Amino acid sequence: MAEPERQVRGGGGPRFGVVVFPGSNCDRDAFHVLKDVLGQETVWLWHKDADIKGCDVVVLPGGFAHGDYLRCGAIARFSPIMTEVVAHAKRGGYVLGICNGFQILVEAGLLPGALIRNARLQFISRNVHLRVEREGTPFTTGIPRGKVLTMPIAHGEGNYVADPDTLRRLEGEGRILFRYAAPDGTLDEAFNFNGSANAIAGILDARGNVMGLMPHPERMAEEILGAADGLGIFTSLAGAAAAAPGGRR
Amino acid sequence: MSAAARREPEITAAVVAEHGLKDDEYRLCREILGRVPTYTELGIFSAMWSEHCSYKSSRVHLRKLPTTGPRVVHGPGENAGVVDVGDGLVAVFKMESHNHPSFIEPFQGAATGVGGILRDVFTMGARPIAAMNSLRFGAEDHPRTRYLVSGIVSGIGSYGNSFGVPTVGGETSFHPCYNGNILVNAFALGIARRDRIFLGTAAGPGNSVIYVGSRTGRDGIHGATMASDSFESEKEARRPTVQVGDPFMEKLLLEACLELMQGEALIGIQDLGAAGLTCSTLEMAGRAGTGVAIEISKVPRREEGMTPYEVMLSESQERMLMCVKRGREEEALRVFRKWDLDAEVIGEVTGDGFARISEDGRSVASVPAAPLSDRAPVYERPTADPVPGARNRFRLDAVPIPPDPGAVLAQLLASPNLCSKEWVYRQYDHTVGAASVVVPGSDAAVVRLIGTSRALALSADCNSRWVWLDPGLGAAHAVAECARNVACSGAMPLALTDCLNFGSPENPAIMGQFQRAVEGIARACLALDVPVVSGNVSFYNETDGRPIFPTPTVAVVGQLEDARRATTQWFKRDGDVVILLGHTFEEIAGSEYLAVVHGREEGSPPALDLAGEAGLHRFLVEAASLGLVASAHDASDGGLAVALAECCFSGPGLLGADVRLGGEPVPGRRELRVDSLLFGESASRAIVSAAPGDLRSLEYLALAHRVPIAVVGSVRGEGPGATLKIGSPAGKLVDARVADLRSVWENGFSRLMAKR
Repeated sequence: MAEPERQVRGGGGPRFGVVVFPGSNCDRDAFHVLKDVLGQETVWLWHKDADIKGCDVVVLPGGFAHGDYLRCGAIARFSPIMTEVVAHAKRGGYVLGICNGFQILVEAGLLPGALIRNARLQFISRNVHLRVEREGTPFTTGIPRGKVLTMPIAHGEGNYVADPDTLRRLEGEGRILFRYAAPDGTLDEAFNFNGSANAIAGILDARGNVMGLMPHPERMAEEILGAADGLGIFTSLAGAAAAAPGGRR
Repeated sequence: MSAAARREPEITAAVVAEHGLKDDEYRLCREILGRVPTYTELGIFSAMWSEHCSYKSSRVHLRKLPTTGPRVVHGPGENAGVVDVGDGLVAVFKMESHNHPSFIEPFQGAATGVGGILRDVFTMGARPIAAMNSLRFGAEDHPRTRYLVSGIVSGIGSYGNSFGVPTVGGETSFHPCYNGNILVNAFALGIARRDRIFLGTAAGPGNSVIYVGSRTGRDGIHGATMASDSFESEKEARRPTVQVGDPFMEKLLLEACLELMQGEALIGIQDLGAAGLTCSTLEMAGRAGTGVAIEISKVPRREEGMTPYEVMLSESQERMLMCVKRGREEEALRVFRKWDLDAEVIGEVTGDGFARISEDGRSVASVPAAPLSDRAPVYERPTADPVPGARNRFRLDAVPIPPDPGAVLAQLLASPNLCSKEWVYRQYDHTVGAASVVVPGSDAAVVRLIGTSRALALSADCNSRWVWLDPGLGAAHAVAECARNVACSGAMPLALTDCLNFGSPENPAIMGQFQRAVEGIARACLALDVPVVSGNVSFYNETDGRPIFPTPTVAVVGQLEDARRATTQWFKRDGDVVILLGHTFEEIAGSEYLAVVHGREEGSPPALDLAGEAGLHRFLVEAASLGLVASAHDASDGGLAVALAECCFSGPGLLGADVRLGGEPVPGRRELRVDSLLFGESASRAIVSAAPGDLRSLEYLALAHRVPIAVVGSVRGEGPGATLKIGSPAGKLVDARVADLRSVWENGFSRLMAKR
């Protein structure tokens, strides 16, 4: 179905798609980083369309997909686009969910666990320090393990929880990619602002092609915004997708 | 019973009085109609001629404000002000009060205040890129204060965060004068293409009138009249007049409106704010010199059995009225369907100048549109000298000089009005949009314009104690300080919006405050070349006859040609020189120090030399654009000592400083008291830091702009052990660990919120 579209693409680089749910509000930011900062081919994907337009990488951006007066992402997972996103992920295609996108991935069953109200029950908007836990995944190629990245969080429900078995599996399989840490990279509950289990900020699915991340790398991808610490995640994805178009590895 | 068969109440003197219309106003209403109004018409007149909608008490004074300039595209009178920012773009911004609803129901009141101001901005075709809010609460130990702070902060956060606008700045302060009447002033700024600005006009007879957004319910009926009345203590009974916000719906409206605006079908658009359908219908027709015919049964409803009166006066949120070209309606409806919005063609533009409202074909109101605004009552209310006794009560020698200035500094840094407001702004998403170059915590916020090299800086300010002590001077100070904050960030102030919060205009002393404050704003705006492009007046801010301090909040927007030159307030490098710009005088009267430490609120605010102020702004902007300054911080509330401390600890790290004050030459001046030197609030001052090699250039620049400049010390030491040392010819004044100062400053607000 996507094949005819793929033929009109020039250059052969990967194609990124940014999903627009009606209440997405970080969609333009992600699009800007991919298209203007990284120069990647980037298209919009509309939540009502069951079509990912032949994209190699699908980004589920932050926001309040359907107002999220109910549980965050609980309605979004039923969107027509999500059927295709799930199929893409099952084929091994790359999917990055940021903030609300992470919440949607969890609701859609692509990632384990849940994101509940922040420990202190307030919305938190601030810069955090993320310790990179694993290098060399499609999302962390070129970002050394132990490196500390600074980027903002802005969420009311980013407190990651999962049952002990799941946490053990995530730890054992090296699927925790980013943890909240002190500026020097040490783990310290005082810097785990939302109270996440094991200070989890970002996790990978079992197959290694789907990542959910609560902080916002797209808001810290240019020096003018303070630092470009978030850019590496997108660069890594672009490289991975170029090497394995369609995510078939 | 069919709606048409319902009978409206008869118009009696009591009914007229209930609607807040004065005798002569009712007479004028009958004269304009040539007959007795229907009940619905009476409601329409009442809403349109409320203080909130008609500006009847303020209009004669507002005319004194400078509203034009080479960059002004649209001044006051539209939904928001519009200023050219280059590259074919315009900045669209406005500030508005939502005081009364927020006091009654803090969460929803504040949330819908944000919603209203965002709609004002995107109605004009601008995507909101920044929001701010100015909040004033009662005494920190008043039993309601913490409840109000929590509710309002989470209300603002919940709306702005969900909508997706970064809340990048504002102010939060406390004073007992707001115990019974808090202030919630919301500001929004958007960006549009200059050739795609939309106005609230219903032009071209035959064109269609389309309603879109939330369905209409009974919420908020008479909100405008409520906002035009002072509180009695039984305000709880007013709760049903507060509306409920739905930021998700607003987001849908934003996207749908902006999408529709890319085509050619739309003629004009206005949001349904105060006085709902009444105000938007009449204003859109009034501006275009046309009429509008509306079939009210077509208005989407949330409740059954609503009367025409209720539909016309409902203030349900997240609704828009638009005028669309005849034959292009489907184009508009298709966009709204895409975004799952309810939309209906509810009427059409006519050429007879009347707003004709019918229900199932039966006329329920027919009023001439233009006269309702052109002939709206205008009052030149009596004014009285507003000078409070406190202004003359001040005697400097009655104020003891504190023995330990270091302890006073710590006390000030921990005080509610000077401590860190991170507790507030960490609940606001301030980075959504990936454009926030300077986030809350510096003098001004800076937001880049994506796709250009430019950025806009913004700040909101008002020292209401000063306005109370001297309305004209105090209001001029508000403008000067706000513009100075913007200039400290490296941006040239472009234009201003105001939100004038006062007590009852029927009280001559309040009207005197208002008149002088407006004159003060006008004087400062002229001198600083900052026109007023939009604004809002909120009267009747009093409870049981006790008015608030006059609070003319202003917000200034400035522009940086190069976003990379945005300057923050904190020191950057060990070894930089610390420079003081401006003179310090014996001015502790009216200061935060005098209030916090000595419990006195008296005396005259500091003198203000507007020409000197303008020179300082030019200096700051030029120095930043040349890359000569590492940091720039306005020295105002709490004086030089508080400003220096903030320079040391408000950034990501801790830096120390060694400073000697009082050595700068000021012609013909005797030595200052220690407290005046450290905590006095003389105007037109800033602290900048710079590499020693740039000092010569800065001195030349200061000479050119006639700005008093003095090297007062250097940035010295870094990290947890760094200290702030301040000395004077009198000896050592302050010697404190920066980490300790930061700790009291950082914890001030949470301590306040934790008190039981």
